[in-house]
Amino acid sequence: MITIATDSIGAAGHKSRIPEIINAPAVHERAPRRPLGCYYRFDVTIRPASDRSLLVSFGDEISPAVHRQVVRLTQALLGVRGVLNLHPAFASVSIDFDPRRLDHSAMETLVRERFEAAGEIDRGAARLVELPVRYGGEYGPDLEDVARHHGMAPERVIELHAGAEYEVWFVGFATCFPYLGGLPPQLATPRLDAPRKSVPAGSVAIGGSHAGVYPLASPGGWRIIGRTPLRLFDPEAVPPPLLHMGDRVRFRPVETLP
Amino acid sequence: MNRIHVLAPGPETTVQDLGRFGWAHCGVSASGAADPLALRAGNLLVGNAENAPALEMTLVGGAFEFDGTAVIALTGSDFGAGLPLWTPIEIAAGTVVRSAATRSGARCYLCVRGGIAVAKPMGSASVHVTTGVGGRPLRKGDVIPIGEDAVRRPRPAARGFELAEDRGTLRATPGPQAEWFAGELHAAEYAVAEESNRIGLRLRGPAIPSPAGHMLTEGVALGAVQVPPDGQPIILFVEHQTTGGYPKPANVISADFCRLGQLRPRDRVRFESVTIEQALRLLQKQEEWLYSL
Repeated sequence: MITIATDSIGAAGHKSRIPEIINAPAVHERAPRRPLGCYYRFDVTIRPASDRSLLVSFGDEISPAVHRQVVRLTQALLGVRGVLNLHPAFASVSIDFDPRRLDHSAMETLVRERFEAAGEIDRGAARLVELPVRYGGEYGPDLEDVARHHGMAPERVIELHAGAEYEVWFVGFATCFPYLGGLPPQLATPRLDAPRKSVPAGSVAIGGSHAGVYPLASPGGWRIIGRTPLRLFDPEAVPPPLLHMGDRVRFRPVETLP
Repeated sequence: MNRIHVLAPGPETTVQDLGRFGWAHCGVSASGAADPLALRAGNLLVGNAENAPALEMTLVGGAFEFDGTAVIALTGSDFGAGLPLWTPIEIAAGTVVRSAATRSGARCYLCVRGGIAVAKPMGSASVHVTTGVGGRPLRKGDVIPIGEDAVRRPRPAARGFELAEDRGTLRATPGPQAEWFAGELHAAEYAVAEESNRIGLRLRGPAIPSPAGHMLTEGVALGAVQVPPDGQPIILFVEHQTTGGYPKPANVISADFCRLGQLRPRDRVRFESVTIEQALRLLQKQEEWLYSL
């Protein structure tokens, strides 16, 4: 049994920062039992973000192990009565609740109970989404710059980018933007100094050590290396964005866009 | 079914209920009435459930013709309709409810007994203007069906609504990065900038120095006050982004969301720090007023 023990946030709502050792291996129905002595260590911080929200942080690193805890907590709280919205991010989940039904300490208790009961995430069950991409040219105005930045040919950038498998860390920012983990480190490229006023929908981009795709036309400072014709946001769909947290993503180079 | 004919929509009139909850993890913020107290009060006055969809007008109202008899209530700010606010009014078939530029705050609600009968994609009738989820702002010629979902008799006119009317002070609890700041936010007066919208209320005033800490992008809450590198705070509003990477010294309290909805460009505001317990007591007081209607 995995336990997360944290101090109560207290009546005054002060932040408590308790280094945590999750000190027992997970017993998982599908995965083999981890060898004894396999310890995970997270700094779990639970604090109020507003009078109706609680921010649960699993430290300040971006890693697959941390991300699994984010997915696990998010899934554990979906549909819980009184929980209005969940905002997963790189290493935290912000939880909005109805202050007429719950308060911070009741919410914190729910977080601990549901998180424990949820068990580890099974990555094998994740959906794989393949996105066709027309790299370079008018669709990828920054491809040449990215190649130059790394001293490689544009073809090599495409090969590396399309050769990797990505995972949607979370969907956020302003327009259901999917933050993708798994960018080959050789392709990590700083964002533009001055963001573009408008980036077309479907633009495939690199921002620092992350990959992403702009679901809607919006301002943006990531390096645009190509474009996918797939519709990544449909206001009539439920839910509107095509990509969801936890999805696996691959990019497939195509010569033309329909 | 009775209908409302949109003769003139006003610059940004949308159908709103209390918002589309449960989709932030997919990147869709709740949207919903900018002044939820005015919407709820208006609905209670005409005998609707408090979450019934109504029309939200922004800064300038429109002209709406009712093709049947109806019971309506105008709540929020006075848009010069020549009708008493916070009061259920029975109108005859053919009546045109016509309003103009605001005489007070940013929003006026036109609530109709029975509610507005529109589709509720993902559980809510609220228009999310930025993404188009839930539809779009009204246009001239739109015809809006009136529902039959009233749940009780209309109430007498509301009293005590002035408790919602002071919008110059925003009470706020500490934000997740409050300890990164030295109280600069609460020391100054800010003006609401013209480019404010349902995504964010942009403030102009003394720049707040950027704190030294490095933070990861994290989830953000309605009413969060974030400080980008230029030091000019932004209050995240009903169509806010679901995550953000700027530090947040404060978060406006739930009881003052109604004030946020009434802030208009060039209004001046100050922040007052309160504890979570004080915030919840203020919310309780507001709820008691609402349910006294």
